Amino acid sequence: MSQARSKKTRDDVSIVLGGGAGQGIQTIESILTTIFKQTGHHVFAVKEYMSRIRGGLNTTEIRISGQAAAAYVERIDILLPMEDQVIEHVHSRITPDTIIIGEKGRIGSGPNSFEVPVSDIAREFGNKLYSNTIMAGIVVGLCELSEQTLAASLENYFAAKDEEIIRNNLAAGKKGVSIGQRLRVENNLEFPVQSHPENEQHMIISGSEAVALGALAGGCNFCAAYPMSPATGVFTFLAQHCHDFGVIVEQVEDEISAINMALGSWYAGGRALVSTSGGGFALMTEGVSLAGMLELPLVVHLGQRPGPATGLPTRTEQGDLELVLHGGHGEFPRLVLAPVSVESAYTLMQRAFLISDACQVPVFVLTDQFFLDAMVTVPGFTIPEESPSLHIIKTEADYCRYKLTDDGVSPRGIPGFGQGIVCVDSDEHDERGQITESAGMRTMMTDKRLKKMERVKDYALPPLFYGPDDYSVLVLCWGSNYKAVCEAHDLLGPSKLAVLCCEQLFPVPLELAAYTEKADTIVCLENNATGQFARLLKAELGIEVQHCQLKYDGMPFSVEEIFRYLENYI
Amino acid sequence: MTSSRYDRENIDIAWCPGCGNFSILKTLKQAFTELDLPPERTVLVSGIGQAAKTPHYIGVNYFDGLHGRALPPATAIKVTNPDLVVIAESGDGDTYGEGGNHFIHTIRRNPDIAHIVHNNMVYGLTKGQASPTSQHGFKTPVQPLGVGSDPFNPLAVAIALDASFVARTFAGDQQLTKELVKKAIQHKGYALLDVFQPCVTFNKINTYAWFKEKCYNLDETHDPTDRNAAFGKALETERLPLGIFYLNPGKTTFEDNIAAQIGPLKPLHRHTVNLNSLQHFIESRKSA
Repeated sequence: MSQARSKKTRDDVSIVLGGGAGQGIQTIESILTTIFKQTGHHVFAVKEYMSRIRGGLNTTEIRISGQAAAAYVERIDILLPMEDQVIEHVHSRITPDTIIIGEKGRIGSGPNSFEVPVSDIAREFGNKLYSNTIMAGIVVGLCELSEQTLAASLENYFAAKDEEIIRNNLAAGKKGVSIGQRLRVENNLEFPVQSHPENEQHMIISGSEAVALGALAGGCNFCAAYPMSPATGVFTFLAQHCHDFGVIVEQVEDEISAINMALGSWYAGGRALVSTSGGGFALMTEGVSLAGMLELPLVVHLGQRPGPATGLPTRTEQGDLELVLHGGHGEFPRLVLAPVSVESAYTLMQRAFLISDACQVPVFVLTDQFFLDAMVTVPGFTIPEESPSLHIIKTEADYCRYKLTDDGVSPRGIPGFGQGIVCVDSDEHDERGQITESAGMRTMMTDKRLKKMERVKDYALPPLFYGPDDYSVLVLCWGSNYKAVCEAHDLLGPSKLAVLCCEQLFPVPLELAAYTEKADTIVCLENNATGQFARLLKAELGIEVQHCQLKYDGMPFSVEEIFRYLENYI
Repeated sequence: MTSSRYDRENIDIAWCPGCGNFSILKTLKQAFTELDLPPERTVLVSGIGQAAKTPHYIGVNYFDGLHGRALPPATAIKVTNPDLVVIAESGDGDTYGEGGNHFIHTIRRNPDIAHIVHNNMVYGLTKGQASPTSQHGFKTPVQPLGVGSDPFNPLAVAIALDASFVARTFAGDQQLTKELVKKAIQHKGYALLDVFQPCVTFNKINTYAWFKEKCYNLDETHDPTDRNAAFGKALETERLPLGIFYLNPGKTTFEDNIAAQIGPLKPLHRHTVNLNSLQHFIESRKSA
């Protein structure tokens, strides 16, 4: 009888599935995330995948937790290799306690490797594809969840298929559960994770969906986009729900068309979104400049991935901050936001539409592949009490689009709404929107455009602070790293270390200085090679960061990686 | 010059004396008058170039955007508020060069807009370089030995893409131009009107006289619904036909396609968030 496995006190299980594209990993992920949510657990699932449609090696990590978690962990508790080379691919993440289950040749040969001839069993049910359902069943059995829960989930997932396929999946799933139960009992395996009934009513949502829903809640009714990883999901969601929400969605010939269409729509009374990644945004930068000159609202969602150029199309990075800060020739105000979670994305997208409309400035919302593709359970999203209204006026006969005002914001008319004529011009222009080369008018118009930044600052979002008030070490971060940094912070135990994160990256909130002044040591964590956020803080507020922990291998920071780094500072 | 309700006050017209644009401008105002277009519901959308300044000299709404980029905003403006009359207006370089990709795909998309392209076969505003429609051998400061490439044939391309309305006129024939402008505006779908015009300053080859001699009007022997015949006409170079080359009525418009997806279109400024749909989606994820 083997030694009893150490009881896990972690209240968290990390399940990793590995296989080729097109193999069905997503099927297993979908079934398992649903079951674990339905049984009252917090779920966080993150993918890493190659830029291909078939073959290669992709992995998905599903974290089941008693507490809310939204960060990637290196540690693997249960590994399910569906292909050869998976162990090699994830070898640095395998611990002495990792349970590995799968076909011979794929599972290694240690005491925690358990051979299950999944393909053979699947063929007994009629098709190798049933391997996926069997694997899902094994996990259900291992984690002591019920076969009925799996059956309900399978019936729902395969509802569109014909009777025989549903029946076979149910049988395959049941077989998987019994295999998992047997493995658990025979080897004294335990994966205790607390569950709570209120979690059963949580919603599973991906980053892409949160961005799209936030846009819809913010009044988005027009989206023009060109497909580009990892931003396509937002656009796809809007396209699939266009009828329910009355959104005009169009896939365009190139990104230049996308941004110019978006501006045409805002001009005529729409609320337009574009969704792209760094390379697509680079093409849009003249359009960004146009937004600045026409003083039209514009919301740009940029899902970052490693560059330069084509880079790593399906990986994650935070390398485009400086691109959105400076993209678009000439000088004009802008707002840059970076969500830290799905709730944050839902709220910030609404905020983006509101501020862009009210202040007539382009607003950029920065996310990344890791965030967009991850799925997480959350209690829910608040429905706005009422539909946001457009900041426009009905024009009088003598309307001037660029009337000089105290705060730089000219009341915005749209064509066909009132007696006036609405003229916008990419050339320098006078108050009517008429082309001009007058040096005096040029200066006034530039001052007017830049003055609007003061209005933008009225809407400043304070930074997020997490940790003890008497901190001496301050850890700065932004975007999807926030949750991982907070989780690592908690693992440190009581310390003098606190976390500060900005959802509003630019204009940099002035309150930041108040926090950094109190710290003896300031460090920064970013997913890029040159410390772009640290540089921004230095330039805007004179903040000196002592050290930047940078990661630019295409993968997100893991909790363990951050923990190892932060240990140096306590 | 007789005054028109479409005159814009206090303007400084930047064109050279004798420029074909003056003729086009006058014709546009006449066409608008005869169609009785309400100025506050008419939108001219242009890019950059001498032609693209035309909207500044007419008293209607305008969106004067980036070089080559008139068609995307024009498309978006029309679908965002279908009650507007939307006319895109730019030169040959802007439309067929910088904006080539949008030209191709706008024809496919078929928004209900008129597109007036001032085709003077040269780049005027930037002082005399060749344009996509410059003839082979045309000498310029940048092409001192003459243009090496063959010219872009916009009508042939449009017909090959099965465009909804393809026509050409000459700025010197104000009557024909006025009629075709009216037809283009009234046409349901994308209507291309290529307008030959002389550039008195930079194009000493394709002059007013040159066009007058080369051009001839299509008559009732040409059936514009015959695509092959239209294509044949578009390929003529010895003499250059003017008139409606190709008519493809009944082609589904972009607005129709969008309406098929989301229901009858109304101006988006009246749109409200469907809070029920939002609620419903969130509930469905909670109970999944």
